[in-house]
Amino acid sequence: MGEYVLEMNHISKFFPGVKALDGVTLKVRPGSVHALMGENGAGKSTLMKCLFGIYHEDEGEIILDGKKQSIDSSKMALDLGVSMIHQELHPISFRPVMENIWLGRFPMIAGIAVDHKKMYQMTKDLFKKIDLDINPAVLAGTLSASQLQLVEIAKAVSYDSKIIIMDEPTSSLTDNEVEHLFKIIAQLKSEGRSIIYISHKMEEILKISDEVTIMRDGTYVGTWSASELTTDLIINRMVGRDMTNRFPPKTYETSTETIMEVRNLTATDPRSFKDVTFDLHKGEILGLGGLVGAQRTELVEAIFGLRGIASGTITIHGKPYHAKNVADAKNNKIGLLTEERRATGIFGVLSITDNTIIASEKKFSSGGILDNKKRRNIAAEENKKLNTKTPTMETLIQNLSGGNQQKVLFARWLLTTPDILILDEPTRGIDVGAKYEIYTIMQSLAAEGKAIIMISSEMPELLGMSDRVMVMSDGHLAGILDKEQADQVEVMRLATAYL
Amino acid sequence: MIESEGLSMSESKQLTCEKFGKMMSIIGAAIAVLGVILIVVKNSVKASGNLTGVWKEMYDLPWFIFLLGLGIIIFGALKWKRYLGDTTSMMDTSPKAAKAFLLNNGIILALVVMVIVIAVKEHRFIQGRVLVDILAQASPRMIIALGICFTLLIAGTDLSACRMVGLAAVISASMLQNPEYPNRFFPNLPQLPVFIPIVIAIIVCMLFGLLNGFLVAKFDMHPFIATLAVQVIIYGACSLYFDLPPNNSQPIGGIRKSFSQIGQYRFWQDALPAINGIPILIPIAIIFVVAIWFVLNKTVFGKNVYAIGGNREAAVVSGINVFKTILCIFILASALYGVGGVLEAARTAGATNNYGVGYELDAIAACVVGGVSLNGGVGKVSGIIIGVLIFTIIQYGLQFIGVSAMWQQVIKGIIIAIAVALDLSKYRRK
Repeated sequence: MGEYVLEMNHISKFFPGVKALDGVTLKVRPGSVHALMGENGAGKSTLMKCLFGIYHEDEGEIILDGKKQSIDSSKMALDLGVSMIHQELHPISFRPVMENIWLGRFPMIAGIAVDHKKMYQMTKDLFKKIDLDINPAVLAGTLSASQLQLVEIAKAVSYDSKIIIMDEPTSSLTDNEVEHLFKIIAQLKSEGRSIIYISHKMEEILKISDEVTIMRDGTYVGTWSASELTTDLIINRMVGRDMTNRFPPKTYETSTETIMEVRNLTATDPRSFKDVTFDLHKGEILGLGGLVGAQRTELVEAIFGLRGIASGTITIHGKPYHAKNVADAKNNKIGLLTEERRATGIFGVLSITDNTIIASEKKFSSGGILDNKKRRNIAAEENKKLNTKTPTMETLIQNLSGGNQQKVLFARWLLTTPDILILDEPTRGIDVGAKYEIYTIMQSLAAEGKAIIMISSEMPELLGMSDRVMVMSDGHLAGILDKEQADQVEVMRLATAYL
Repeated sequence: MIESEGLSMSESKQLTCEKFGKMMSIIGAAIAVLGVILIVVKNSVKASGNLTGVWKEMYDLPWFIFLLGLGIIIFGALKWKRYLGDTTSMMDTSPKAAKAFLLNNGIILALVVMVIVIAVKEHRFIQGRVLVDILAQASPRMIIALGICFTLLIAGTDLSACRMVGLAAVISASMLQNPEYPNRFFPNLPQLPVFIPIVIAIIVCMLFGLLNGFLVAKFDMHPFIATLAVQVIIYGACSLYFDLPPNNSQPIGGIRKSFSQIGQYRFWQDALPAINGIPILIPIAIIFVVAIWFVLNKTVFGKNVYAIGGNREAAVVSGINVFKTILCIFILASALYGVGGVLEAARTAGATNNYGVGYELDAIAACVVGGVSLNGGVGKVSGIIIGVLIFTIIQYGLQFIGVSAMWQQVIKGIIIAIAVALDLSKYRRK
């Protein structure tokens, strides 16, 4: 074995319209904890998915134990001694814990029947090894989120892997459980295994890792020994970048006229946002920053009538507002571009025209019967204004690039003539050129006097586009910064304030 | 650089859409003329009295050739007109495009091949009256398939279709018997205007449709299980009704002529003796096809159906009233099954509680073969027409050439599997 158990050299990965990874290098020593850091969207998860065989890198090489490998599937990754704890847990709720762990490699009796007794014992032994007190026979669905997380960790350990990837393993763990996890990690380390540890939590990183690799915008920033680093150094290296000319020059004046007041808003779901108070002004872009899990999406979805509100008030133009559903929100002239363009935005199998008009069909019909000519013309006109590039208006939206899809969604909501437009990650998965166009659209909307709330996990976008930046942390409103006060370090400090 | 290369290539190899339309028009005209010549020659042969050999075995082929020619002319002329003066739109004649064309129209080609095979095997198949028969048989199925397509478009299904057909048949037939028929369902019922029992039957179906929709929309039940439950309920209820004394589960007969004519009447029997007139079922089905095409393409409701099927979450976020739309879908679908059931009762001049069995699966299969996606959001009325025709032609044609009913089932199943596999390969990437 050489100096490194794993070398990922100059890995690049392209998605339609986006370069997700651009020549990233990661070298992991045996028996060490290697932290992988970067902002949301820096490409950490993509890099790990390449290693774990979920994606295949377009360029670069992966060398495991000195041998070049082309990892085509997760099974192959596991066979090569790489296991992964995923950020999102997908337990099979109605099967016992032990079956969740040994799925795909059940112990068998004579190769025919599953040996439940042995599986139970194996699970028991596994749990004992990492000091877990969970009954292997209970249904996975009955476990709490943190127990599931620990089971997931146990599962990764059970593969007897040389390398274990942990993607945000502590996101649902309590402090005690985090300590427990660190003990497990120390034990794994002493057995000569390597851990690739992804987390946003600086203290954790500095505490347990040996080396830290930092990524930014899909590129490799560098690798440092953890002892050389401090929280501030990490943040600077995570966010430090050239910010000239990425945003159109601001040409509008924000007003101080309040359009929406939110007071002490608390979600029905106790794990979601609590006690959020802010004002939204006419003609401003209010940035909403925070880390994954800060409950930003939940907040705007509640304002849009998609989620329950337990307490608190919202007033729009001085009138009380409470949306029970999206129709209420639309009637109060609010629009929302959702975060997951594919999952909750576009109708992939429908045409550009249909996708553009769908939220305002009533305006293009009388007595339920559509004026197809008007629909087509207005949709074409609106998309032309936004410079949507499409062969024809009948093209299915799934055949457009992410940026053009997003423009169609803008057109959809602009046709509802909103006063308040909420944009959840408006430029996610969009290439740089299209981003600039989206920014221009946003600014012209603000100039027209529309109020925009923009959730963004991209620091430069948040700072470059927002007139004010509101930062959430773990469901709390951590602070609102004016444009002059807002800088990367300050936002990051607020974002981690309640962690 | 690359673009200019592509352009010069296309100039040399590809033909414009305008030219293509012109070509098709000319080819169509040639075929039509050929048809006319054959018709004239055949008629003169017939007039001379020795209609034998090839001329006899040809049956109505000249007419079909003529109609085919007309069809191609219309297709070509429309294309021609659309691209008139447009020299930039090119027909993609690359092998890749040809392959895509075959894949996209595979099911139509399969239909053509099938018809040719059957016609070669049994020349009598090439007759106008056979065509009319097939269309008449396809008509009630068409209406039922149009109903079920709505539930498929929202990525659901409707298993209760079959029993609704039976229910509508029994209800309408039970109230429309001749006064002199001995086993009347309601011995003392006065002679109602024909439309009243029909409307009652359809409304009862719509109520069950409301139940379907309510279960699906309110409780987020999977349509498979919701409509399964309702199917069982309907069958039970229909059987109870059917078992009422004095009928006691006797098949309902003695149907009034004014009712059975709705399924049996033939237009222009005197004017078109060769095909024995046009069965009334065909225009009825055409009316429903046009109406449903209108609903799906020209109404807000239709757009909402596609949207919910295409991406339900996005539909919610867009402010579509999903609850209301789903209710309407199931009610509308049930109304169509009701119409189908009434037509079945009229066509056969009778009804039992077992009418309609298996129709729901036939209808689903026809829709799917016609390109309606079970994942929702995708499907066209034109596809459903083709799907229904394919199934009717298989059944009719195989019977025609004497294939046993058991083999017909095997062949039908194989066609479903192949058609869907073809259809899915269209969407598969990589």
